[in-house]
Amino acid sequence: MTGPLALFRRDLRLALRHGSDALAVVAFFAFSAVLFAFAIGPEQLGGVAAGAAWVIALLSVLLSLDRLFQADYEDGSLDQLALAPAPLAAFVVAKLAAHWLATAIPLLFAVPAIALLLRLDHDALGALLVSLALGTPTLVILGAIGAALTLGARRGSVLQALLVLPLEVPVLVFGAGAAFGDPETIETAVTVLGAMLMAALAVGPAAISAALRAALS
Amino acid sequence: MATRNLHRFANPARFMRLAGAALPWCAGATAVLFAAGLYLAILASPPDYQQGETVRIMYVHVPAAWMALFVYVSIAAASLAAIVWRHPLAELYAKAASPIGAIFTLLALVTGSLWGQPMWGTWWVWDARLTSVLVLFFLYLGHIALMDAFDDTARGARAAAILALVGVVNVPVIKFSVDWWHTLHQPASVLRLDGPAIHPSMLAPLLVMAAAFTSFGALVVILRLETEIARRRARRLAAEGAGG
Repeated sequence: MTGPLALFRRDLRLALRHGSDALAVVAFFAFSAVLFAFAIGPEQLGGVAAGAAWVIALLSVLLSLDRLFQADYEDGSLDQLALAPAPLAAFVVAKLAAHWLATAIPLLFAVPAIALLLRLDHDALGALLVSLALGTPTLVILGAIGAALTLGARRGSVLQALLVLPLEVPVLVFGAGAAFGDPETIETAVTVLGAMLMAALAVGPAAISAALRAALS
Repeated sequence: MATRNLHRFANPARFMRLAGAALPWCAGATAVLFAAGLYLAILASPPDYQQGETVRIMYVHVPAAWMALFVYVSIAAASLAAIVWRHPLAELYAKAASPIGAIFTLLALVTGSLWGQPMWGTWWVWDARLTSVLVLFFLYLGHIALMDAFDDTARGARAAAILALVGVVNVPVIKFSVDWWHTLHQPASVLRLDGPAIHPSMLAPLLVMAAAFTSFGALVVILRLETEIARRRARRLAAEGAGG
């Protein structure tokens, strides 16, 4: 398993050296919160804060995945990964893990500040953080399916959003459900979020590598 | 053995012969079934004791919703055949059936909305059944758009097949959403273990309409398949003409 591990290290190192990429995603995340604050107005903002935070987190993750496989596809690394002895799905998992660490973790660190901008109740911050920590890996996997399917397509990013957003609806429903922190439903919502992550981990890498092979053939 | 049978129909020429023979029968069945179904649904069946005449929307809504799901499942099965066995007709079928499924889904959503306004007092509610069918509609749109997004048609077909298989997770959610959550949408009343919970005077027109929708779907799929095969043949001949 040295191959996938090396890819994981390479992607993480690349992400750290191009730190501005991750920063841009965080900046998008933060500024979308500002847009929500202006559009909804200070009075009602607190009531919708958890849901708004989830929507903009979802869109930020989706935007960050836009060109996930593009560079590897163009410079031929993807062909080499597909030919390597380790299964392509293992490389996909390594790539996604690195991407999640490099973009979702900074997002999570930005969440308290976002919560402040959106006037989120202080007690609800914990539920929001837990739901996002559990939900963002699933969003990364689903978004990566879209990125792999649209590799080399005309107007790839709009198409990617069209493909991925319907699939992400359940994650948003239960993620925001957990983030609103209703004590009666939070346990169910967190459990379902975990279950969806497990299901995405089981199915996602296989689907992504099949889509990548279709792009390479 | 099963695969060999599958491949007997992979030959487009043989399929064209079969389809040509089946087409008039399909067209005739569609016409007869629609005439009978519409007569039963609009004139011969009784109004509901609670819903009054609006119950007649059900005779369009329920078959459309069944077809929306049925077409999606058939596309997913065809996509599996296209990926595993590189079955050429399965790929064409997915391309031909996808817009039809999308239209059936839209029809189910629109008729449901028209029924919901007098019955529930609102055009739309965010319950699990309605939301999951809306997701199905967007999956269809994504499938159509993805298939068309590449200059290389084979690449588009492969990507769309993978998307269709991933989207299968939505099918059980649609089917069981009315049982898993307390939805405004009523649970199943025809396909139940303890027999249909619907009076025979309403079940008969519903089943005839369902048969009419199915044969209409088959008719349009065959027509679209024939068109697509003819289009590809024309393109190949044009390319050969240009090359030679």
